[in-house]
Amino acid sequence: MKLFRAHVLICGGAGCISSGCHAVKEEFIRELQAHGLDDEIQLIETGCVGSCDLGPIVIVYPEGVFYQHVTPGDVQEIVSEHLLKGRYVKKKMYRHPSSGEPVVSSREMDFFRHQTRIALRNLGLIDPESIEEYIARDGYFALGKVLNGMTPEEVIQEIKDSGLRGRGGAGFPTGLKWEFTRKAGGARACGEKYVVCNADEGDPGAFMDRSILEGDPHSIIEAMAIAAYAIGAGQGYIYVRAEYPLAVARMKQAITKAREYGLLGKNIMGTGFSFDLEIRVGAGAFVCGEETALIASIEGKRGEPRMKPPFPATAGLWGKPTLINNVETFANIPVIILKGARWFSRIGTEKSKGTKGFAIAGNINNTGLVEVPMGTTLRKIIFDLGGGIPNGKRFKAAQTGGPSGGCLTEKDLDTPVDYESLQAAGSMMGSGGLIVMDEDTCMVDVARFFLEFTQDESCGKCVPCRIGTKHMLEILTRITEGKGQEGDLETLEELAEVIASSSLCGLGQTAPNPVLSTLRNFRDEYEAHIKEKKCPAGVCTALKRYEIIPDLCKGCGLCARVCPVQAIDGVPREPYRIDQEICSKCGLCLSKCPFKAIVTK
Amino acid sequence: MAASSCRAASGGCAGKYRKLDEILQKYKGVPGALIPVLHQAQLLFGYLPHDVQVRIAEELDLPLSEVYGVSSFYSFFSLKPRGKYTVSVCMGTACYVKGAPALLEKIKETLRIEDGETTEDGLFTLDTTRCVGACGLAPVLTIGDDVYGRLTPEKVPEILERYRR
Ligand SMILES: Cc1cc2nc3c(=O)[nH]c(=O)nc-3n(C[C@H](O)[C@H](O)[C@H](O)COP(=O)(O)O)c2cc1C
Ligand code: SF4
Ligand code: SF4
Ligand code: FES
Ligand code: FES
Repeated sequence: MKLFRAHVLICGGAGCISSGCHAVKEEFIRELQAHGLDDEIQLIETGCVGSCDLGPIVIVYPEGVFYQHVTPGDVQEIVSEHLLKGRYVKKKMYRHPSSGEPVVSSREMDFFRHQTRIALRNLGLIDPESIEEYIARDGYFALGKVLNGMTPEEVIQEIKDSGLRGRGGAGFPTGLKWEFTRKAGGARACGEKYVVCNADEGDPGAFMDRSILEGDPHSIIEAMAIAAYAIGAGQGYIYVRAEYPLAVARMKQAITKAREYGLLGKNIMGTGFSFDLEIRVGAGAFVCGEETALIASIEGKRGEPRMKPPFPATAGLWGKPTLINNVETFANIPVIILKGARWFSRIGTEKSKGTKGFAIAGNINNTGLVEVPMGTTLRKIIFDLGGGIPNGKRFKAAQTGGPSGGCLTEKDLDTPVDYESLQAAGSMMGSGGLIVMDEDTCMVDVARFFLEFTQDESCGKCVPCRIGTKHMLEILTRITEGKGQEGDLETLEELAEVIASSSLCGLGQTAPNPVLSTLRNFRDEYEAHIKEKKCPAGVCTALKRYEIIPDLCKGCGLCARVCPVQAIDGVPREPYRIDQEICSKCGLCLSKCPFKAIVTK
Repeated sequence: MAASSCRAASGGCAGKYRKLDEILQKYKGVPGALIPVLHQAQLLFGYLPHDVQVRIAEELDLPLSEVYGVSSFYSFFSLKPRGKYTVSVCMGTACYVKGAPALLEKIKETLRIEDGETTEDGLFTLDTTRCVGACGLAPVLTIGDDVYGRLTPEKVPEILERYRR
């Protein structure tokens, strides 16, 4: 293997691609060649580094110097200064938020310093298209260990002892699920059971699974092969949502490579064990993340959930015992096998072992992907890693668990993040989406947003879910339009109870959660909409009032000229006035007033 | 039988049907083939014309009602022709919180179409998606394979303009 004196890593995750990292990469290729450095310095495109809002990101090793917002125009300087002369290009380096000093190594950044990376171990460090780089970081060693010296029972025992629980949302003990699937249908021959990876990542606002598939695809292949050996399966499927074309491409490439290396297919590593994988692409139905619907979808049918039991472990794909695990769950497996259950179970809390990946987004300074030990407080995630709320705004709420979850508020900030604590706080772990909302967010509108989502995504199989969510959505929409009535909140609560208790699948059962949790935490906000016809956060358009502050108005008349409905009247050089009856709340005047004399209330 | 959608489409239509037959041959006998076949057919034709679904049903030996049941269940499959570019506004939670609704309004206003419609010149189809996984850059919109992040409504007209050239 060639030895390089330095490595230039360019993040090629979805965020950085949309920030233009490919143009930066092209420029690096040109500049390195121009300086004759392409033999000494290796250029690698990696998966998501994590801090997507700082992209395009370039990290130069061995020092680990972190360059942010790199443009093609910066490349020449980085090459001629840093790579040729060893002088860092300070102006593009990440700066410590309080001292303003450039931080030399990314390892010292708050965003990375507090993380413990197990599932995301290779993200941002290796070229996902290079199986050699995966192997160089102990890749496929766990599979080797399992095939060459462990019985399936020993593998299952190891996973059970580790305390690993499902990362797809429900938190079911993974080892136990493997054991059920192994024992299902007696000790049958290979090929009659299936391993499925749930990569449907339905929570809108979450992208951990996507980043793992794109940034470290071989870890999923290796884990699925280990699982197949443990339960006695010969075939696996990865079900990826259609919105992730790059993940599909990377997975395909990785599967082909793994086959070439004899790590998939017949007689893996010469041990007689055979296992192969196929990718199935979803088609835009959220409910297909539910395991029985996902199975129906792989079978080529409408993705409608069915009653459980029987669970997939006994009757899954084509009626055969099937193991379904989430992407992040799988990503933990090889590490547990290599480092041992004892090592893994020392991380985390009593009932929630290991780490959890979170996609932090919304009104927060550092958006991106993090992995922290279970039990880390929300405060630490949002304020230390996430860097707090931008523009001096106040924290209002954080949503976990997506459309099935709930919001957490100020009082919950010191809650340790684990399955039980989040549930007790009225939300849930979910798959790892963490959306932060500031004081300018209207919680009634957020609840309406989630209900609109679940209503839209309901498969329609059962009445309470299909009709009930529609009814709830109508009430919520009415409230945000200022047409809420006395008794609406009680009706919402009654409907919520019926839907939660009588729907067939998790989608319907959890659909009311965002409404119930905002009702619990922000009832006064609902009441302001209904009784005072006011949106305290100033979001709900129909309830907005545009007003001119007479003291600030210079009477220039610009607003009156732009108003499309002639709602503004006045005499030049005197304060103007808005007729609320006519105003269509378009907001044009507010953006045009040169003296900032127009406000919303 | 393939004639009706053939006339509508410009040249290369017979070629497309030949391609479709190749796809169908490859998937014959593969369990759960319907959805992958629909994906590939949509890639080929841009949407799923009636005749194409009939052909798929025949070749995969499925009742037409089942093919329709599936193609209409999944929002990714389109039963109507689409514009040259699909403009998708992400309406996932992160994007919603960061102002996606205003973005959508601006696009509607600029293109003068509603969600789900196609512009008269056949250039743009507007729709909404649920998270494309670039939440760190919310609000996000995609046009074809291109992803645009950190958007404000003001940037919309200029971005759309690039596709008119
Ligand atoms: C409506 C609904 C949507 C779901 N979406 C997902 C998803 O996108 N990804 C996922 O891994 N699990 C999802 N689940 C959970 C799965 O049904 C299943 O519990 C999980 O894949 C099991 O894997 P785990 O034990 O590794 O978590 C969803 C469940 C429901 C009810
Ligand atoms: S609860 Fe809703 S999504 Fe689930 S099966 Fe019933 S209708 Fe379909
Ligand atoms: S918000 Fe629009 S309609 Fe209302 S006064 Fe201002 S410009 Fe006129
Ligand atoms: S995509 Fe580059 S840091 Fe996430
Ligand atoms: S919510 Fe819009 S990209 Fe994820």
